[in-house]
This record gives sequence, structure tokens and C-alpha cells, in this order.
Amino acid sequence: MSDASLQSPSAAPARKGSLHRQDERTRKRNAAEARFRGYGIAAIAVGVFFLVVLAFSIIRSGVPAFTHTVLDVEITLTQQQFDEAEAQLFKTKAYAGYFNATLTAELERRGISVPFDEAAIERLAGKVGGTLREFYRANPDQLGQPVTFELPASSRVDGYFNGRVSRDTLQESRFLMLADLDLVDALSEAGIIHGTFNWNFITGADSGVDNPGGAGIGASVVGSFFMMLVVLFLSLPIGVAASIYLEEFAPQNRFTDLIEVNISNLAAVPSIVFGILGLAVFIQFAHLPQSAPLVGGLVLTLMTLPTIIISTRASLKAVPPSIRDAALGVGASKMQAVFHHVLPLAMPGILTGTIIGLAQALGETAPLLLIGMVGFVARGYPDGFIAGFTEPNSAMPAQIYTWAARADASFYDKAWGGIIILLIFLLTMNIIAIILRRRFERRW
Amino acid sequence: MPLFWLLVILLAMAAGGYVLGRARAIRSAGGDSRKLHSLPVYYGSNVALKVFVPAFLVILLWLLIQPVYVASVVSGMLPDGAIPDNSSRGLVMAEVRRAADGLDNAVAAGLMTENQARNARADFQDVTQRLRDAGQIVTSDVTQPVLRSAQRLRVMESTGSMIMAGVAILLALGGLAWGLRDSQLDFRARNVVERGVMVLLIAAASIAIFTTIGIVFSLVFNTYEFFTLYRWQDFFFGTNWAPSFSGRGGSSDLGVVPLLWGTFYISIVALSVAVPVGLFSAIYLSEYATSRLRSVAKPLLEILAGIPTIVYGLFALLTVGPLLMRVFGDEGLGWMQAGTAVMTAGLVMGIMLIPFVSSLSDDIINAVPQAMRDGSYGLGATKSETIRQVVLPAALPGIVGAILLAASRAIGETMIVVLGAGAAARLDLNPFEAMTTVTAKIVSQLTGDADFASPEALVAFALGMTLFVLTLGLNVFALYIVRKYREQYD
Amino acid sequence: MYDAPQTQREVDLTQTKIAARNVQVYYGDTHAIKDVDVNIEDKTVTAFIGPSGCGKSTFLRCLNRMNDTIDVCRVEGDILIDGEDIYDKRVDPVQLRAKVGMVFQKPNPFPKSIYDNVAYGPRIHGLAKNKADLDDIVERALRRGAIWDEVKDRLQSPGTGLSGGQQQRLCIARAVATEPEVLLMDEPWSALDPIATAQVEELIDELRQNYSVVIVTHSMQQAARVSQKTAFFHLGNLVEFGETGQIFTNPEDPRTESYITGRIG
Repeated sequence: MSDASLQSPSAAPARKGSLHRQDERTRKRNAAEARFRGYGIAAIAVGVFFLVVLAFSIIRSGVPAFTHTVLDVEITLTQQQFDEAEAQLFKTKAYAGYFNATLTAELERRGISVPFDEAAIERLAGKVGGTLREFYRANPDQLGQPVTFELPASSRVDGYFNGRVSRDTLQESRFLMLADLDLVDALSEAGIIHGTFNWNFITGADSGVDNPGGAGIGASVVGSFFMMLVVLFLSLPIGVAASIYLEEFAPQNRFTDLIEVNISNLAAVPSIVFGILGLAVFIQFAHLPQSAPLVGGLVLTLMTLPTIIISTRASLKAVPPSIRDAALGVGASKMQAVFHHVLPLAMPGILTGTIIGLAQALGETAPLLLIGMVGFVARGYPDGFIAGFTEPNSAMPAQIYTWAARADASFYDKAWGGIIILLIFLLTMNIIAIILRRRFERRW
Repeated sequence: MPLFWLLVILLAMAAGGYVLGRARAIRSAGGDSRKLHSLPVYYGSNVALKVFVPAFLVILLWLLIQPVYVASVVSGMLPDGAIPDNSSRGLVMAEVRRAADGLDNAVAAGLMTENQARNARADFQDVTQRLRDAGQIVTSDVTQPVLRSAQRLRVMESTGSMIMAGVAILLALGGLAWGLRDSQLDFRARNVVERGVMVLLIAAASIAIFTTIGIVFSLVFNTYEFFTLYRWQDFFFGTNWAPSFSGRGGSSDLGVVPLLWGTFYISIVALSVAVPVGLFSAIYLSEYATSRLRSVAKPLLEILAGIPTIVYGLFALLTVGPLLMRVFGDEGLGWMQAGTAVMTAGLVMGIMLIPFVSSLSDDIINAVPQAMRDGSYGLGATKSETIRQVVLPAALPGIVGAILLAASRAIGETMIVVLGAGAAARLDLNPFEAMTTVTAKIVSQLTGDADFASPEALVAFALGMTLFVLTLGLNVFALYIVRKYREQYD
Repeated sequence: MYDAPQTQREVDLTQTKIAARNVQVYYGDTHAIKDVDVNIEDKTVTAFIGPSGCGKSTFLRCLNRMNDTIDVCRVEGDILIDGEDIYDKRVDPVQLRAKVGMVFQKPNPFPKSIYDNVAYGPRIHGLAKNKADLDDIVERALRRGAIWDEVKDRLQSPGTGLSGGQQQRLCIARAVATEPEVLLMDEPWSALDPIATAQVEELIDELRQNYSVVIVTHSMQQAARVSQKTAFFHLGNLVEFGETGQIFTNPEDPRTESYITGRIG
């Protein structure tokens, strides 16, 4: 062993330079170190930057969906005018005439003069005459009294107010002329035309392809709700039962291995494949109704199950074995030990995992495309509780996709707005999960 | 919905059985529940289980078997002459099913009595006319045999459901009697119930297996069907993707190569965004960052993982696409024709994958023992030297596994490519060109108007099969690598 | 707190490699090392002994600033190597650690080949001019680590494939390959069997000819066998420091005596 030291006469280390002076090489190495750190900071900055851009574009593009532009006009229609109008051949045209007269008078009163005709009003606010006629025919008692009409402006006027349409980019068409914008400006100056909160977007149902202004997300929220009910009531019990079996009872054998392998693989199967499964099994084979929240819920259940099983098993595993031993020690059966002691202790963790799984399912879109939730235009709310499951409906993400796929760019606002609603739901669910975890987190 | 009511009836019977069984057991002990072998709850549960479970199982089985049986009988009924030359038995059966649905709807709408819908001797002209009035005949090819088969189908289905309800309720009654007879003093109710619960637990755990079987079967059968209509060589090696829009087969080119190319190209772009950013973030967060920065930056990045893919899709279509257009489009460098392109989808998918790569890498880097780092610092290595030359090589297998998992995510991602990548199948190297992927085409082939039995629709299943095999292979391989890696440091 | 006045007399100041004055170490709020003054000589084996948790390892890690990697750790006082304060702002810990090598409790070879393990230090510090030079350095280090004969035929096989004792000698070879002036060893045999321990002990004796070696151990026999100087730590205090022979045969402090006779520890 002594050959080592004998062989190295130069082994006695020469005094190196002072520690207080960095040598050239150390300086270079430190520069490399700083560069490397820089890459790390840059990577995080890039990630956060993307997040900020995403958040910014969601909010900037989505907020307009929550407001819409309306024309507030106070009209007093006398019985005589009503009778005259009803006596004419073009009844709605007569009403439109009254409307224009009132509007002109109103503008004159404020000292604004701007020329406009009925066609311009129609481009701005749709068929005003029809609206008026409908109202007075339904409420004849309002005749002779001042009534304030809040008429939704067309989506292009909406776009003009939120910057999507500008004078430079406007293409004159039968939907909006350049001259109309002067009228809009005048009306806006007079306070007749103004933005207001669009309740219809939150409570309403989808409109057809030609009416972006009237589209609302309410019906698809209900569709998503029924789907989540299915997912919750199927995946929670099944997931918990499967986890209990695998974690507490399953013997070490090939069957158990098979289940485990299947679960971990299913967790990584692309969601679109679950859509194919749903299409082939639930719709093609079992003839369940297309576009129904029930089918969507079933597909999402199968998709969410692995997530829930994995998180439930983790919470069961976190309950220390001493608890089981204690229960068995007082004469409980294994089943009783699990159901009376282990499960309640693991429940907060299980619920947290379930909520997160539900949140994932809520935002999932691809499988819904295949089971027909996209082609369907959800024009109304389901008729009742059971119908909520079986009647065709849309779901939030499917509705957003439908809007994004429509040719009219006015629907893009709606899609972004829908995303805000969807994210609010997801955020709420995640916050609940975090609170649950904080509140009930137990350290053994 | 009769099935719903059947289940409600069964549940009600089970609840009744619970009450009866419990009461009977207590009575047998003379009102003193301490004399019972088990707690009274178990006697009740025993009866409830015996009422509900067998009946429910029978319903499930029935629902699985009946459609197959009915379809085979009805399909056998169709004379060969009823099948047009350019069609197949499957296509005609789809017609039959549509006609049957039409009859259902017509009855529901009150345009036809149940009798008329059933009566095989009813006048053909009259029935089809009524169907047409109800708006239930879209195509004009409801022929006499098709209508008769449809009527037959309806009759068989409704009798089937009736028999099923009868059998289920009889079974439930039998279970009730059996359970009640057992509800005696000495009956080991707890053991029986626990055994029953155990079976339920096993059944729940087996759902994972059934799901896999369901996926494999629905893919395999339809893929097989597709390959009977379309040569598999043309599918796997065809370099042209041009489905005809008639939905009736014929002149479609359904080669998968351009789709696979698009899929891989987009995934590569995505990974070349996600891997450097994700990996360096993970390195910085686990090796350099103070705990304050870590507690802020890590959740921030993970928000990206919680955002639904539809949001990313919209982001690609409406924000990133136009942004890229401004730089690379006609007004800029002129490389890009439209906002939807490989670059758009790849970039956005990369953003989506950043937290996926970073959190997996974070775990893996943290699994490298501190002793390894100490050894390197002790020799006078700087942090970055330690990371590059000791930590990363040690973590390499795990990181490769993480990247493969991310790749499998990228390949299976749907919404971003549907909205952001374009629809044209192309074999091209220009990343600013629109291309399409396997997933995007699955969506477009199955949501279009194509007939379900046509090769244009069935090709989606072959695509799904390709996708499933690809991602499964990647996942199994990646998990294997990661597990091997974990074992190394355990 | 300086309990060995007679040692100070014997120490020739030019021979002092490391001088610690009034060193305090805090882990967050815990005062882990209190008022330690010690002189460590060149070409000597100095042993730090004491019961677990007495701060001997902590103090050892102060000598090459390994404690810098722990966020909550704070060091006060002066530690001078060759008269230069190592906690001076101008000092780069990287340069310091090249000068003060360290071997750890558990053998921690990198997941690389044996050759690369040893060549790692010389490479990062740029000690070799060319490949032949590097080969030379690696061979010399492996010889000094007394493991050359066992591994010379498989330099490219992974270092993790060696036995525990071989791994630890590889780690020692890796440490000496950077030509340090001081070698710190934190219980380098704690994971080894008696035979491997004996090998490492022998090796330490060899290393003394070129380096100042500081070892941490809680085995008194070991300290007695390999060291010339011994410092006894207890509850963060340096209780006694002096010639090894004297500490073991004639300790001055009652606490040292209790430890040596097995009453505390």
C-alpha cells in the first residue's frame, strides 16, 4: 500500500494562490454558473409570462361577453296610435315609424341632429317595430303611459363599443354601414345607447348561428351540472370501493396486478379514446340517447375513475396501520375496521381528490365531441330532473367549442366569456379542495 | 323511462327488505338484539343485498345481450335482395335502426298509434307517408323490407324489455324470500354481508379491466370492419389523406402517414418548447430557488396544468395564431398562410406541457440523493457543474421517462390541434404550414355527416387504434424506465 | 474555553494550517457550536471525537464551507487557512473546497465510471493539460487511495458497482485527485465493515505525509489509532484539545474523562 506515496514525489501540494484572489479559471466558472442560473430564471420567467399572456387574453377577450350594448328609449304610445297602426297593412313598419319619431324628438331635445332612416335603426337594433307591437299587444294597459324600452343593439354595434370593429376596419355591408357609426356616436353622446351587464349571457341558452348577441351559456352550465352529478355519483362510490379493495383486501396475485396495470394505463389513455369508447359502447351498442348528459357523464366517469382511485389509495395509505390494529384489537372484523375507522379518517383526502377529478372532468372536451354534444344547439333548459340527464343538451366546454367553431367572429367573444365562467367554476372547485386539505390535513 | 322506474322499484324493494329482515331477526331473538349473532343492521343488509344485487346483475346482462340478439335475428330476416349492390348488411341495418327510431318518434309525437307502428300488415305507403310527415325520414331509401324489419325490431325490443322487467322483479322477490328465511337468531349475517360487500368491492375494482376491454373491443371490432372495406396496406402506407365527402365510400384516400407526420411534427415542436422550459424551471426551483420563490413559482406554473385544453385551443386559434401571423404572415416575413399551423398548435401545446415536464422532473431531480451533491461540492464544483455533471446524468433515465410521458400526452392531445393546427393533411417540413393530426381527424371523421358504417367514419376507429397503441406503448415504456430509475435510489 | 494550554506551547505557528477563533454556528435559532478555538497543524491527523450531536461534524463542515449549502446555517467567528479568513467576502467557496477536500460518511461515488469519478475534480479545476496528463493524475490518485490494483483493469466500469470499502477508497482517491492541502473526513468508515475500516485507517496514516487530515469519529479507539491530535466536543463546546495520547490517558476535563470511560455518549 505504501507504493502510492513513494511513487509520487511531487504529491506534496504546492502552495496555491491566495484564497482572497479569484483566479482566472474560477472567474470563468463563476460566469458559467451565472449563465446557468440565468437559464433557470429565464425558464421560469417564460412559464410565468405564458401564464400572464393567457390570463390577459382570456380577460381582455372574455369580458365583452358580459356586457352588451342597448338602446334605452322611452316611448308613449296612445290608444289612437295603436289602433291606427293595427289598421295598416305593414303594421310593424308603423310601429317603427313611431319609434323613429320618438328618437328624433329625443335627439332634437338634446340639440343633436343626425340624419337616419328606418333601415339604419334596423341595422343597429334589429326589428324594432316587431318588438314594440308584440309588447303593446301583450300589454294593452300600458298604452298611453311612458314605457322605457331596452333594445339590445346588434353584435356589430357591440363590437364597435368594445373595439372589435373600428371605423378603419369596418367593411360596409347590409349589417352595418359607415354612416351608421355617426348615428351610434350621436346616440351614445345622448346617453341613449350604452353598455350594460348582459344577464342573458349567464342565464340564457345558445342561439342559432345568426344571432351571436342572444347566445348564453346557462343551458350548457345546466348540462355540465347534470354530467357532473353522474360523474360524482358513479365515480366516487366505485372509485372508493375499488381503492378499498386494492389497498386493504387485495391479495398479492396476478388478478390484482392486472387491475393495477389497467388502472395506471387508463390514467394515461388520451381522452379522445374514451370518446370513441363512449360512442361505440354507449351510443352505437347500447343506444343511449346522443348528446345526453347521461352519456357524457358515463364517459367522463370512466375517464375520471383512475384519477380518483389513485388519489383515494394515497389517502388510505396515509392512515397509519396502528389505527387498523387498534380496531382489530377490540374485535372488529377487517371490514368493520376499514369502514368504521380507516375510511372516515381518509375521507377528507378522498373528497379532495374527487373534487380535483371532477374539475378535470368538467373541463374535458374531446370525448364530448364524439358523443354528439357539439352538433347539438342547446336552445333551452331541460324540462325536469330526469330529462336533465336524458334530453340532449350541451356542456360548457362543448358549448365553448361550438362557438369557437362558428364562422361569425362575434361568437369568439362568447367563447372567451364562456371560458371565464368555466374557469370560475374550476377555480371554485380547486379552492374548495385546497380548503378541505388545509382544514382536515392530519399529520400522523 | 321504464328502466329508471324498474331500478326505482328494485331499490324500494331492497329498502323494504332491509326493514323486514331487521325486524324479523330481532323478533327471532325475542326483541333482545344482544342474543343475535350479528348486529341487526347486518340482517337487514343481508336481505337488501339479496333483493337488489341478483336482479340488478340480470338487468345489466340483459341490456348487454338483448341488442346483439335482436340485431342478429332482425338482420337474418333481411332478404339478400334488400341489400343494394353498393351497400352492405351493416349499412342496411343502420337504415333499419333509423326507421325504428323514426317510428318511435312518430308514435311519441302522436302521428301514429302504437298499433300502426307495430302492425306488419299496415299499409307501407301510409306508414312511410306518416313518417315523412313527422320529419323522421331523412333519406328516401326506406324500402318495404327495411320498414318491416324496423317494425320487427321495435316489437322484439319492447317484448324484451317487458320480459327483463318481469325476470328482474321475480328474482328480487325470490331474493326477498331467501333473505327473510335466513333472518334468524343464529344466522351469521355479518359474515354473509361482508362477503357480499367484498364481491362488490372486487366488482368495482374490476371496472378498470372492463373499461380496457371495452376500449380494446370497440376499437378492434370497428377497425376490423374498416379493414374489410379498405385495404390495410393503403391505410398504413398511404401517403395521401383525402376522404370523399359523399360519405358513401368509393374514392376516398385514407392513408395514415400524413396524419402521423403532422402528429409527430406538432409533438416535436411542443416538446422543444416544453422540455427546455420545464426542465430548467425544475432545476432552478429544486436547486437554486429560495423556499419563498418556490412556494410562489411552483403553484403558478401548475396553474397551467389545471387549465382545460379547450382554453388552450381557443388561445391557439384566437391569440397565438393571429400573433404569429403578424410576425410570420404576409405582412411580416411571409412564411405563413393562415393562423392555424404546426407552429401555433405546437407552441400552445408546449405551454400546456411545461408544468407536466417540470413537476415530473422536479420529483426526479429531488430523488437524486443529497450525498451525491455533497460529494461534488466537496470537490469544489460549482452548483451548475454539480447539476450538469452529477445530478442530471444521475437523473437522466427518469427525465427521459418524463419526456416520453409528455410526448404521449402531446400525441393524444385533441382540442389544441382541432382548433389550432388546421385541417389539411400534408407531408411537409414547413412548420408554418397547416397540418393535421390523428386526433383531429378522429374528431372530424366522427362528427361529420358520414354514415357510421362507411369507411370514412370507420377509419376513425383505425386511427383511434393507432393512437391507443402508440400512447400505450410510450407510456408502458416510460413507466418502466421511471420505475427502474426509482428502484436505483430506493 | 481553551482547555489545553500546553498544546499551544508545542504548536509551531508556521505549522498551523487551520486556525479557528471564537467560532459560533447557528442552525436557525439553535446555537450548535459555541466559542470554538482550535489550531489544526499541517501533516498531522487531527481527530474530532464526541457523542452524537455534539457538533463535531458541523464544525468539520465549517472548514470548507459545506454549511453554505444549508440555508438556515450561520457561521460567526474567524476560520483562517494559511492565515486567510475563509469566510471573507472575497473567498469563493469553490476555490476553497478545491484546497480543502472532503470525504463523507457514506461512500457517494457518482453514477459514472471509476475513471470519470476520479477525473471529475481535476477536470472542473482544469488541473490536466491533456488526456495523458489526466490519465496520470487519475492513476496517481487511485494509487494514493490504495485502490489502483483493484480497479486498474476496469476503469471504465461504473463506480457504483464497487464494494462499500472500495467505494469509500474511490471517494478518497477522488478527493485527493484535486490536490487539496487539507482533507476532511466525516466518519469515513461508518458504512464499512471492519476489514474495509482497517484499510481506510491505514490509508489515512499514509495520507498524513502530504496533507493535514481532519477526521470525525465517535470511536475513541479509532481516534487513538490514527490521530496525533484529538479534540473532544460536547454539546457544541470544544471541551479539550491536545495530543491524542494525553487526551486518552490523562484528560484534564471531567467531561472528557466521563466520555472516555463510557459514562456519557
